[in-house]
Amino acid sequence: MTDLNRRDALRVLGVAPLAGMLDWSAPGVARASRMIDRLNETAETSSYAPKFFNAHEWKTVRTLADIIIPKDEHSGSATDAKAPEFMDFMLAEKDTSENSKVQMRGGLAWLDTEMRLRFGSDFLSSTDSQRRQVLDDIAFGKKAKPELRRGAAFFDRFRASVASAFYSSAMGWQDLRYIGNVFNPGWNGCPPEATRKLGVSYEEFDASLEKSRKGNR
Amino acid sequence: MAERGAATDYDVCIVGSGAGGGMAAYALTQQGAKVVMLEAGGEWYASKDSKMMLPAFASPRRGASNRNRPFGEFDACDGGWDIEGEPFTRAPGTQFSWWRGRMLGGRTNHWGRISLRFGPDDFKGKSKDGLGDDWPISYDDIAPYYDRVDDLIGVFGSREGLRNHPDGNFQPAPRPRCYELLVKKASDRLNITCIPSRLSIITKSINGRGACHYCGQCNRGCAVKANFSSPDVLIGPALKTGRLTLITHAMAREVMVGKDGLATGVAYVDKKTGADRHVNAKVVVLAASACESARLLLNSKSSRFPQGLGNSTGWVGKGLTDTTGTDVSGFIPAMTDHVPHNEDGVGGMHVYMPWWLDNKKLDFPRGYHIEVYGGPGAPGLGFMGGIANYPGGGGYGQSLKQDYRKYYGATIGFSGRGEQIPNENCYCEIDPTAVDQWGIPVLRFHWKWSDYEYNQSKHMQETFRSLIHEMGGEVFSPMPTKEQGYGLSTGGSIIHELGCVQMGSDPSRSVLNANCQAHDCRNLFVADGGPFVTQADKNPTWTILALSWKTSDFITQQRKAGAL
Repeated sequence: MTDLNRRDALRVLGVAPLAGMLDWSAPGVARASRMIDRLNETAETSSYAPKFFNAHEWKTVRTLADIIIPKDEHSGSATDAKAPEFMDFMLAEKDTSENSKVQMRGGLAWLDTEMRLRFGSDFLSSTDSQRRQVLDDIAFGKKAKPELRRGAAFFDRFRASVASAFYSSAMGWQDLRYIGNVFNPGWNGCPPEATRKLGVSYEEFDASLEKSRKGNR
Repeated sequence: MAERGAATDYDVCIVGSGAGGGMAAYALTQQGAKVVMLEAGGEWYASKDSKMMLPAFASPRRGASNRNRPFGEFDACDGGWDIEGEPFTRAPGTQFSWWRGRMLGGRTNHWGRISLRFGPDDFKGKSKDGLGDDWPISYDDIAPYYDRVDDLIGVFGSREGLRNHPDGNFQPAPRPRCYELLVKKASDRLNITCIPSRLSIITKSINGRGACHYCGQCNRGCAVKANFSSPDVLIGPALKTGRLTLITHAMAREVMVGKDGLATGVAYVDKKTGADRHVNAKVVVLAASACESARLLLNSKSSRFPQGLGNSTGWVGKGLTDTTGTDVSGFIPAMTDHVPHNEDGVGGMHVYMPWWLDNKKLDFPRGYHIEVYGGPGAPGLGFMGGIANYPGGGGYGQSLKQDYRKYYGATIGFSGRGEQIPNENCYCEIDPTAVDQWGIPVLRFHWKWSDYEYNQSKHMQETFRSLIHEMGGEVFSPMPTKEQGYGLSTGGSIIHELGCVQMGSDPSRSVLNANCQAHDCRNLFVADGGPFVTQADKNPTWTILALSWKTSDFITQQRKAGAL
């Protein structure tokens, strides 16, 4: 287990009562506490040494990730959730395809080249406004100009990776107010606020089935 | 473990521990037989080994898939289409992938728990439209066994009185999720039958198993045994009788045959040591999966059976089918800004659409059912891929973060699962040269869908698109063209391979008789998907279980009569 998980796990246990997560099953709680025990055995380190990205790429990735998912009043940023660490971890795995690795590295290189062509400086050395000029051109998928499609394809993949990493973290679950993954034996359908919003009801459902059953008999 | 040359040790040897093997072991041990079971994988019990409720972030890999667990590292099933050291081959031009489970319980650790009875028409397709073959048994022959399976294993559902979708002894079905009510409403308007689903997940405690607690993670295996998997529900009780010997890591190589042409046992490789071993038994039951059982028979060559055991008419390997499949999902604006609530439910859909049309009026002969998915599940890897397709168009920063919140869970998707007509281009045989890592000859597959399946897939695509539009939704993917096969899945990808060791009343066009007993060898039986004559659009597990129990009863009756 890495410290990235230690931090997330501690956080989810810390917020459990707030999120209504008190009803964990016995095996679930046992597993979670075993996990915490294991995590506590490893000292938390403040710096992460990337295994896939080089030092320049690592800085670029962290900067870009936080532009994509910044901190706001609901939750922290991509780097607060350690999204770059997870991306690096997965890219360094032996089963990760060569193509994924090349496209990631090559995409970051494309970004620096594009910045240099336009402003004479790479992504990290450019101003916030210069960065946004390029990102605005590649962040909206099909709307990208033909000559920028490669950049748009990279950005789409990069954004998907950051989102995957951020929203699969404890911080991401809280941000989305996902309140499942719990022992919930009394579950009996969705609350009236939810059905009302969709303009549906259990009464209507039951009545429709009853009507067709009469026809089938 | 039996040593070479040991005397007859067992009454019955079962190869495989999934739905068919597990049920045979359960029934035969209850009936007093001394049984040995060979399983190619290792032991695994969901009640002990499940990763239930582990959040994505509890693993440094966040649940990502790996070679042995293609559906994610938390998924219960150890297996896949690509197993190290166990290749298969394809004839030129064939697209087919062969899934294998390699663990105790086999695919019952993987499946979606959709537990549908075949209906009266499903056993008599040829009589209805002239295609394929009729089964040598009818719904009435198997119905008592469906009842027994319902009572032993448990299935929820609702009694609807639909003629070809027979009701069972159901436990109460859970209420639909709110978006599933939306699906029902749209289905009603389009005259598509939509009813509570039928899944083998217990909503009331039975037989020492806990009731469902609605964490929505059945695919990981259930720590309280609320869903059906063979190890916890069938093999555990069979072991308790003291009459079942379980041998794991045992890769069956060949069914051994005596001079009298009867099976004497099974030779296998102990995968841990590579040693050749065998067990002797008075009766052999193959339940290794349709294709693996066919492979075992074809590899069981002797002077008496030079073409392989049970294969005197060359029928082993024929009649291979898979379920057809295609999917469409869409964005449903009404579902944006969802009201936070726990919508996990059971590990599967709460409503589904059984086949509702008359094929006489359509350009394909057999039906399909529709499975439903969507809503705000646990966020994980691949979260909201394709965000650029949503109204916000993608972007970055604060507006993107707001979009993720706004559109989270605002999708609904449909998967069609339909019946393929068996055809002579779909079969498996032994590859003339290739072997697996133990030197056992491997299967070579041949596969070609017919227009019946393509036309059916086209109909599915059109139906799913109209359902999404009816809900005010927007489909992201364009309608697949004829050249794209109308989005039809490739063979083997739905993991419902059936046939290859078919039953039938005509011995020249089948391997087994109506009791799943080999025409060529009276103490050899098959209890997996191999005996199936046709698919139906219903998931096969419930029928595998019922047939296996029926076969086991026949074996016991024959043993008592001294015929085996």
